[in-house]
Amino acid sequence: MSVHAESKAVAAPIQTKILFFAALREAVSSSEMLLPQLAPMQLSSLLTLLASQSTHIAAALTDREVLTAVNQQLVNQQAWVQPGDEVALFPPVTGG
Amino acid sequence: MPSAPADYQLICRIQHDDFSLEQEYQALLRPDCGAVVLFSGLVREQFQAEPADSLQALELEHYPGMTERAITAIAEQAATRFNVRTITVIHRVGLLSTGAQIVLVGVASAHRADAFSACELIMDFLKNQVPIWKKAHFHSQAQWVDAKATDQAAAARWVQENTL
Repeated sequence: MSVHAESKAVAAPIQTKILFFAALREAVSSSEMLLPQLAPMQLSSLLTLLASQSTHIAAALTDREVLTAVNQQLVNQQAWVQPGDEVALFPPVTGG
Repeated sequence: MPSAPADYQLICRIQHDDFSLEQEYQALLRPDCGAVVLFSGLVREQFQAEPADSLQALELEHYPGMTERAITAIAEQAATRFNVRTITVIHRVGLLSTGAQIVLVGVASAHRADAFSACELIMDFLKNQVPIWKKAHFHSQAQWVDAKATDQAAAARWVQENTL
């Protein structure tokens, strides 16, 4: 019984949180999405997966320059995303 | 890699409310500091010709958590490169009318050169490494503010100077 429970736990996807900000948030009409993720994947693959979910999201991601952060650190698209990480997508920043 | 001195102090706040320059100035003072530099950024008037319109307010959005982390990293870099003792960074978010204060960067050091340089480095990095975005609300329409190439060049300057 416990063996069964363990193998089930390994196979269950973990929700990776995707956050959108500013113009990108408005373009996708959402500030947050959950993406079930089974194994580590590169950010570029995750973005492709995200774009495949709807033409709306695909257009929002290709229409503008998108910066990416994983667990609140700016990274490029070669960075790895672990299941359960916090991924953020946003336009170039304009604070100060 | 050199690190920031252990006794350097950072005050970092992201808030809707306004701030008092006098109070923040007092909070920066230390007996071993002979120089204090304060920079404040404001919402300036902006006019559009076609169609004729003027700015009503800026709306500022940020990424809670990452904003504070990014500012802390920038302040630590400033404290590592320059001999400063106290740094204050306050950034307002939400809807801010023309004339309102947006940001405060304050630096206290023994002598003025370090305070001036640290303040300028922090502002330059604040402009393009901290997840904050501005939306300009005019009377007839609103638009997100585009990132400026001049702001990117200003931050890149510090990186180049560092490697020379």
